Amino acid sequence: MEETYALRMEHVSKNYGDNAVLKDVSLSVKPGEIYALIGENGAGKSTLMNILFGMSVIRDTGGFDGKVIIDGVEARFNSPNDAMAAGIGMVHQEFMLIPGFTITENIKVGREDTIPTLASRIFGKSLEKLDNKKMNADARKALDSIGMDIDQHVRVAGLPVGYMQFVEIAREIDKENIKLLVFDEPTAVLTESEAKGLLSVMRSIAKRGIAIIFITHRLSEVMDVADRMTVLRDGEVVASKNIIDTDIPEIAELMVGRRIEKLVDENETHYTHSDEIALKIRDFQVDMPGETVNHIDLDIHKGEIFGIGGLAGQGKVGIPNGIMGMFPAYGEVEIFGEKLQFSKLGDALHKGVACVSEDRRGVGLLLDESIENNIIFNAMTIKREYLTGLGFAHLVNAKKVRAFAKEMIKTLDIRCTGPQQRVGSLSGGNQQKVCLASALALNPRLLIVSEPTRGIDIGAKKLILEHLVDLCRNHGLTIIMVSSELGELRSICDRIAIVAGGEISSILAPDAPDVEFGLAMSAARVSQEVS
Amino acid sequence: MERMTKAVKNFGLPRIIIIAFFLSLLVAAAVTGMDMAALLGDVVRRWAMYGILVLAMVPSIQCGIGPNFGVTIGIVGGLLAALITIEMRFYGFFDSFANGGAMMQVCIAILLALILSSILGILYGMLLNRVKGSEMTVSTYVGFSIVALFNILWLMLPFKNGTSIWPLAGEGMRTTINLEADFASVFNNLLAFKIGNFEMPTGLLLLFFLACFFVWLFTKSRTGMMMSAAGANPNFAKAAGINVNKMRILGTTISTALGGVGIICYAQSFGFLQLYNAPQMMGFACVASVLIGGASISKARIVHVLLGTLLFHGMLAVALPVANNILPEGNLSEILRIIISNGIILYALSKAKEAGK
Ligand SMILES: Nc1ncnc2c1ncn2[C@@H]1O[C@H](COP(=O)(O)OP(=O)(O)OP(=O)(O)O)[C@@H](O)[C@H]1O
Ligand SMILES: [Mg+2]
Repeated sequence: MEETYALRMEHVSKNYGDNAVLKDVSLSVKPGEIYALIGENGAGKSTLMNILFGMSVIRDTGGFDGKVIIDGVEARFNSPNDAMAAGIGMVHQEFMLIPGFTITENIKVGREDTIPTLASRIFGKSLEKLDNKKMNADARKALDSIGMDIDQHVRVAGLPVGYMQFVEIAREIDKENIKLLVFDEPTAVLTESEAKGLLSVMRSIAKRGIAIIFITHRLSEVMDVADRMTVLRDGEVVASKNIIDTDIPEIAELMVGRRIEKLVDENETHYTHSDEIALKIRDFQVDMPGETVNHIDLDIHKGEIFGIGGLAGQGKVGIPNGIMGMFPAYGEVEIFGEKLQFSKLGDALHKGVACVSEDRRGVGLLLDESIENNIIFNAMTIKREYLTGLGFAHLVNAKKVRAFAKEMIKTLDIRCTGPQQRVGSLSGGNQQKVCLASALALNPRLLIVSEPTRGIDIGAKKLILEHLVDLCRNHGLTIIMVSSELGELRSICDRIAIVAGGEISSILAPDAPDVEFGLAMSAARVSQEVS
Repeated sequence: MERMTKAVKNFGLPRIIIIAFFLSLLVAAAVTGMDMAALLGDVVRRWAMYGILVLAMVPSIQCGIGPNFGVTIGIVGGLLAALITIEMRFYGFFDSFANGGAMMQVCIAILLALILSSILGILYGMLLNRVKGSEMTVSTYVGFSIVALFNILWLMLPFKNGTSIWPLAGEGMRTTINLEADFASVFNNLLAFKIGNFEMPTGLLLLFFLACFFVWLFTKSRTGMMMSAAGANPNFAKAAGINVNKMRILGTTISTALGGVGIICYAQSFGFLQLYNAPQMMGFACVASVLIGGASISKARIVHVLLGTLLFHGMLAVALPVANNILPEGNLSEILRIIISNGIILYALSKAKEAGK
């Protein structure tokens, strides 16, 4: 029997130069179905979706082989506009927002609602007036439906990544006439409860008969919402299954090609209380739009892994940004007894703090530079390492840099063509690993990692978390881990602070019961509603 | 075949067209029986002569202010430096050097140009930090205004030497100053040699390469990398503890200083100093050259300078005599030159605009 598919991709292959990224990939998605696309970092998921959406990178790098068939008709999109006209929407892994525009404008861009005016009746539609009222109302509705209570008039520039992710999602949800929606790792920076909200929105969209392609590294989400799935490994389809016929261990095994054990042994809680204070924070405030920190007092001991969790917008991300000097901060911060001077640019770095930003493309990386230059950049500028003195000038020592980069590529399993590959051309998860490598290159006393495993597949995640634990236990590194993923915090942290309303609502042990975490996270919500 | 189309794409179709045009001009020159050796010599001379001015675009693009339309600021600084050395020569400052006087003079001129243009460059960089986001527009206007400002200065400089000032009025600089008695062609003649009618301006060429080498070294240095990081991603730079504004001033200053040195190399080869409105359009030509060479408004490398200058100025060097040969009416060839040069500038600018979006 001939079934009707919303989308069929047949025998799709794609090379980037000599690098075969997709090899003969076929998949088909029915209307109203949630279809999961799973695979390791660099497996080719985003590339496949870029092909579907007519992104210009694909054409600029030599196009692709194979067919994209929408509703039974072969489609050749030359640009995302063509794809949108054909009823395809996409939530990109790397956001596609216009920083100078407000949230409403970003949601509505290209699809503005207009009111006819006298001029437009004569000269045509392009002279119609913008219907700001309706646009704002629509934007509000889309934001509300995913539970985001930020003002829609705010500009997108400088918003925390969690918010950008919501705006990106709201933009797609707001679209009418959509047949197929692609979500490329929409939950990577969301907490569990936020992700749950999104998943239920996805379900209700699918009920309207819209096909959804869902990319995620959180396999529990796949089990939750997806109907069918395809696993990609090194650009090839290794399996396509109905979700009811499979389970998480099997998917994980298909992805990686070997069995994955559990994340870090949970029974080892080594927390040996050291009296030395690594980071002392008093009456700390940070003016970060959307992630304001109101008042925080905190002592973090040397050699511990300290977790900071909380919902988006409650201020957890503001803490590292304040310490690193990215946003105006007030109060007192001492690093190993030395007072941090907020007015001095890069003071934290000079005092031995390294930080992995949650915003890897905006803050963490030089996308046009090579992997090796990104990795050593901070070590070179801050600690003056990897340099050769040449009398008057300090030149970068290419040999040392290459050697160290190769070592990092191996330790963190960065999938690339070599240390000279442009970082911008790496897959999302692999870019994340480069960020981590560059922080480690600084050889810090205190490492702050903000969403360290954002977009990283389960295999690599285990590797990275284990590496962090090793650095802490065996090399005395103090680590602060800010993460929206509670499971991850609980698996390696010694203590976990939950931030709500710009303050610490409580500090919990990793094995504290779920309810306590839940209560701590919602504290702010409740008290805000009361006041 | 696929490889081929890809190679073409990588290299850029417009550049291939320009190269083809350049080559066909050379063929036309050969066919019409022109003196090829002399013509090629001219191409090389103009390449080296404009090179450093175009090189000035690299630091400005890397530090994030985009192609420096305001390189005219450096140029007027260089002109002032040259004028000062002429006055010095007038007072017998270089007499004791006998034959090396001219060389000494041009070196002093370059040194002075570096100082004067750097000072102007710092001020200019501070200004550009206040207008972030519209640097290209602002620098164009600043380039124009500085020319106007210096027009007044040229009229008022208290110099006395007969080479520089108007002979009758007894004050105010001439529009064109002959450098015959000063440092005309000193670099061109340094180690110069001749093969048939082909003249190699060895000294000038070496100087150009040396300047390129230094700028290249700088980009590979710690400071250079900090500067290009500030240009490529200000947020990244901030997180890395880099003062973005300082880096922008640094890049602007280096660019402007190179402009000052560049105009002296240019003038010594040309044999004349051109004051007043002459430098006005030079910024555009420099920007166009580097863009033709393959740079974009946010990315530029030394090869872009080498290739771009050769294409742009080499083509003009060939186009003019060829046009003269084919269309003997003098005016027509001049018009053709203006069309070609402005056409390329226009194309390059439209490309810059596109990339800026
Ligand atoms: N513009 C590009 N130029 C060259 N290679 C690229 C480019 N974009 C992606 N690649 C390569 O293609 C491969 C697949 O990348 P892709 O982004 O599709 O991975 P992914 O499955 O989405 O991974 P992740 O889970 O990390 O997001 C990677 O090896 C990457 O290095
Ligand atoms: Mg991806």
